Amino acid sequence: MSSAMPLPRWVDVALLPVLNVTLAFLIGGVVVMIVGENPIEAVRIMLYGAFGYGYGFGFTLYYTTNFIFAGLAVAVAYHGGLFNIGGEGQAYVGGLGAILVALAVGGLHWAFALPLIMISAALFAGVWAFIPGYLQAKRGSHVVITTIMMNFIATSMMSYIISRILKPANVNSDESARIDPLTRVPFLSEWVPLLKNTPVNISFFIALLALVGVYWLIWHTKFGYALRTMGHNGTAAHYAGMSNARLIMITMAISGALAGMVAINDTAGAHGRLLLGYVAGTGFVGIAVAFMGKAHPIGVGLSALLFGVLYQGGQELAFTMPAITREMIVTIQALVILFTGAMSNMLRRPVELAFMAAQSGAERSGSPAEEKRA
Amino acid sequence: MEDLISILVTTIRVSTPLILACLAGLYSERAGIVDIGLEGKLLGSAFGAAVVAAVTGNVWLGLLAGIGVSLVFSGIHGLASINFRGNQIISGVALNFLASGLTVFLGAAWFGRGGNTPPLSGGARFYAIQLPFARELAGVPVIGPIYSGLISGHTILTYIAFLAVPLTAFVLWRTRFGLRLRAVGENPKALDTAGMSVSWLRYKALAITAVLVGMGGAYLSTAQAASFSREMSSGRGYIALAALIFAKWKPYPALGACLLFGFLEALQYRLQGVSLPVIGPVPTQAMQALPYVLTILLLAGFVGRAIAPKASGQPYVKER
Repeated sequence: MSSAMPLPRWVDVALLPVLNVTLAFLIGGVVVMIVGENPIEAVRIMLYGAFGYGYGFGFTLYYTTNFIFAGLAVAVAYHGGLFNIGGEGQAYVGGLGAILVALAVGGLHWAFALPLIMISAALFAGVWAFIPGYLQAKRGSHVVITTIMMNFIATSMMSYIISRILKPANVNSDESARIDPLTRVPFLSEWVPLLKNTPVNISFFIALLALVGVYWLIWHTKFGYALRTMGHNGTAAHYAGMSNARLIMITMAISGALAGMVAINDTAGAHGRLLLGYVAGTGFVGIAVAFMGKAHPIGVGLSALLFGVLYQGGQELAFTMPAITREMIVTIQALVILFTGAMSNMLRRPVELAFMAAQSGAERSGSPAEEKRA
Repeated sequence: MEDLISILVTTIRVSTPLILACLAGLYSERAGIVDIGLEGKLLGSAFGAAVVAAVTGNVWLGLLAGIGVSLVFSGIHGLASINFRGNQIISGVALNFLASGLTVFLGAAWFGRGGNTPPLSGGARFYAIQLPFARELAGVPVIGPIYSGLISGHTILTYIAFLAVPLTAFVLWRTRFGLRLRAVGENPKALDTAGMSVSWLRYKALAITAVLVGMGGAYLSTAQAASFSREMSSGRGYIALAALIFAKWKPYPALGACLLFGFLEALQYRLQGVSLPVIGPVPTQAMQALPYVLTILLLAGFVGRAIAPKASGQPYVKER
């Protein structure tokens, strides 16, 4: 905000994020070289696995759907200056909401069932996120720590519920009963044969709608304005008559509800039942997606797609290059969070200097300390 | 009595990495650097220790490697949160993912065991140490089981962990470094004004953190278990963080909190499949969740109040 000379907007919005992500990928490439594989070849295989044929492409879209929801969950909270690390647990609990309704209305046509499933998943996940929100707003405990703890509590609680309560007697693995095929969210491959039998389903379009919805919520509503004000400066929001406590609680609930939408893609769609530990890191990928996308829906959509490509392409890679396992993706995810989230100032300074040098018509002296950026 | 001793022995065994990680977190958080990355450091150093111990056959080199890994992690964390004034929580989260990705990725590529390292034996592991007179005293009632059964017979890292507690208390409250450490976490400007380098102090704290948590990680893979297995830290870094909050950032209460959480874990192994009167079979999941529930209740101020060092989480910007 108060750099010696503010950077042009496109640098802030596009150039720096791209540079940071490139850096993350370069280091990822070095790691690939350490295990003796060719990173360029790896990228080629990944792109082929993600886009090269219908089956792969379907999976890419399926992963992207999950990451859009998880990324939006983190992004919404982030606009209010809240860091929701609990998407993982919220999505898990959302799965409970989804399965309870999906089983209860079993046999109902999906077009009628889906809204009910969505509401229930959003409600369950929203409540799971509301608790940390309430605790921060009213009791002063930090949302980061509480959401981490809530993730673990969700794991234990859901493991108990799935293995002891939801599991039918005639099933061996820890999972719930199956959702009626008529009620289950239908796969897009029903209409698009190209997608083969991939799990990408109607939820993909709901995810795209969610992107638009969040954009509208953050930039075109009174609530969004208040939220961003609080994110920039809580004291200012307070003096402007906004209730920070209320904002925090509502924001966390919305954030959780978005994370809970992962359940309509997975539980009610791709899996057709509630699986033990079904979230499998999706909630955490959301953190990387949100940072990389600068918490803007367009950015979130693009980075969700990138991670979808990484996940699906990574599967392909694991087949063709046995030395490279799925965990390479977690590593890239970590590097993306590190460079776009924690070390975003590292490249900012050199870029600022470069721009100053480029426009050194007017002489300036000293470089005032940068203010903490929101 | 025997039952109790065996639960307590397990308690000590599972508490050791918690104590080391918790004290590690204490140094960095006291210096004003929030360390969510304890989990990743624990995992990374467990991996480093197991790999080097497996390759060289020397557990001490393994320990050094474990500490080395966490030093690198601390270095990155320091760079992000001290030099680039980034968000410390984000940096910690990134490091956790980095550890969980890199350990399995490199492990699978190097050893081809699905991310696990080869089993360690001989000089590549830490073994239990019999304290002097343990054998002679074993027959004595009361003292025997407690001394020979409970206190004796742990690895060197366990003894280091328990000794690190009074040592940390001494450093924190009785030395000049400790005073500065506490000050830099509460009011870095005061130190800056007195002509000391806030950055340098914070880096020193992070280095101590790395050494302690590195030992904790090495303990997991070379003492408690005999190889590295994927995700073997399994949330212990977060439990240690919870214990630290529970202990209100003080060394002796930290020991207490870690032993309490360790006891819950030991009890959970013990009560597996056991049916209690009234309650019926104990859901192990409830025991697993208990430390986290307790921490949330504490943080919410329902059980006491936990107040973090004032400047924690905030990058220090020196005025020019």
